[in-house]
Amino acid sequence: MVNNKNLQFSPESLALCKKIMDRYPEGKHKSAVIPVLHIAQSEFDGWLSVPAMDAVAAALNIKPIEVYEVASFYSMFNLRPVGKCTIEVCRTSSCWLMGAEDIVAHIEKKLGIKDGQTSADGMFTLKTVECLGSCGTAPMMQIGASYHENLTFEKVDTILDNYKSNGKRKTYTDLDYKNTL
Amino acid sequence: MGKKLLLKHDNIPGINTYEVYRQRGGYASVEKALKTMTPEVIVEEVKKSGLRGRGGAGFPTGMKWSFLAKPPGVPRYLVCNADESEPGTFKDRYLMEKIPHLLIEGMITSSFALGANTSYIYIRGEYFYVARVLEKAIEEAYANGWLGENILGTGFSHHCYVQVGAGAYICGEETALLESLEGKRGNPRIKPPFPAVAGLWGCPTVVNNVETIAAVVPIVNDGGDEYAKIGIGKSTGTKLISASGHINKPGVYEIELGIPVEEFIYSEQYCGGIRNGKKMKAVVAGGSSVPILPADLILKTAKGEPRLMTYESLGDGGFQTGTMLGSGGFIVMDEDTSIVKNLYTFARFYHHESCGQCSPCREGTGWMEKILHKILDGHGTVADVDLLWDIQSNIEGKTICPLGEAAAWPVAAAIRHFRAEFEEYVKNPKSIKDVKHYYRLREKV
Repeated sequence: MVNNKNLQFSPESLALCKKIMDRYPEGKHKSAVIPVLHIAQSEFDGWLSVPAMDAVAAALNIKPIEVYEVASFYSMFNLRPVGKCTIEVCRTSSCWLMGAEDIVAHIEKKLGIKDGQTSADGMFTLKTVECLGSCGTAPMMQIGASYHENLTFEKVDTILDNYKSNGKRKTYTDLDYKNTL
Repeated sequence: MGKKLLLKHDNIPGINTYEVYRQRGGYASVEKALKTMTPEVIVEEVKKSGLRGRGGAGFPTGMKWSFLAKPPGVPRYLVCNADESEPGTFKDRYLMEKIPHLLIEGMITSSFALGANTSYIYIRGEYFYVARVLEKAIEEAYANGWLGENILGTGFSHHCYVQVGAGAYICGEETALLESLEGKRGNPRIKPPFPAVAGLWGCPTVVNNVETIAAVVPIVNDGGDEYAKIGIGKSTGTKLISASGHINKPGVYEIELGIPVEEFIYSEQYCGGIRNGKKMKAVVAGGSSVPILPADLILKTAKGEPRLMTYESLGDGGFQTGTMLGSGGFIVMDEDTSIVKNLYTFARFYHHESCGQCSPCREGTGWMEKILHKILDGHGTVADVDLLWDIQSNIEGKTICPLGEAAAWPVAAAIRHFRAEFEEYVKNPKSIKDVKHYYRLREKV
């Protein structure tokens, strides 16, 4: 787990931060804080440690507190370490109507963890989340940037097994997002 | 078959690419607007069309545009609200994913009408992959001269950017959205001043929903009068409805405003009826915030008239016997559904999503969630049901933004129409165990 005192963005990420900051008028670069936090989260092991947030503050030339207060407000930012794949199962009305609780129970049993916990091998973290806008294709779960919809137990098994054998970290900024911003 | 304006081409392969979209008449509205119309004329056309905000509030778009302050030398902004997070609503995601260029085209045309040289599409963080689709479309639009400096040689310049959020329902509220876009916590602002006067970075700003901006395209192409011919009374045009829950054909449907609710639920063209041959118990007609209605009241008004899919007809009878069209998030529940448990998922949602700024909402949403949890755990009393009613009535109207109301209305409506179910749960806790709290996936068709 990365927990160095000083974290540095890679040169590519710094260039990307610069590009994002250019979208806003002169002096309004603070607007970049959310996109840059997303970059930090994917670059620094899927979560935002204090040094990671400090790196964001340094990149944007704003005070660290301005980053902390934002990071703690939004639910997509992890302030604690997570597994390589965070499984986010939607649990609000439409998904619940279509069996989201069964999906959660199935994943809990399969991975031997409860909602909010990380599996012993560090591969998966299970989270239940509020409506992800996939109500017509419920039940659903999000892993990284990918939506997995119309779930059944068998489908969940296949998806999780695939992620496990792949073994790679999944983040919201997957899908060549970083290269094209 | 109803007329389609937005989803006319949604099933054409490759419509998400510039070439196919352009072949189907894409970007015609930009050409028409920039070359043959003035901003004032476009605003007039939008007023004539009767278009109302498709995000949920239903405020007339033309009027909202005309409120935009135009002090000299101050930049104006158009911000697209793509923070679609209302439970039951997924129409904007469908539109952006399938036909991203329609939104970009609407952004350019609308920005010209408003005199905005920069616009932002604020999209919820979970839709990262949709943001990617939009970015690709924007790149294509730049490459083909629809965005950038001096568009079509008319001297109008425009830049459009996608901004991702990070998971906060409250950022769908326009002032919270602007706060978030400024890189802050999503705490709604006190109004006035309204964004039309002091919005993004203190500059005049219009915030419109994705569907609203997309609807500007057919309005400019065919004229406001043509658009207003569709629909009934003050509900003009078409509306995207996100249908979910216990129906045979969930999905996004574009309807002409004014079709009967019964037709929407039961006809093969739309929802295709209740699945597994069950009976309908209740419907949430416009996203989680609007009052839930039992089957008889959603199909017919209290006066016995057939209920129509319009702002007015769904609102008929006020909150006593009516509801709202809202965002068009249509959640259908069958006879086995526990209304109390469904309400619990809503209460949990609002508790999670309250920004914490106003005490009635911050404390009230959590309190309501706890009481509902207590009832579902078999420890409720009749006094708890009355307490729930009391709490919700003390949130409504006492908060900066409408999240307070959004949290209170579903609780009030569930108790109003299904009090017997609450009382059954508290008087006979064993009955809760007999209730199917959720669907077993095995039963899925």
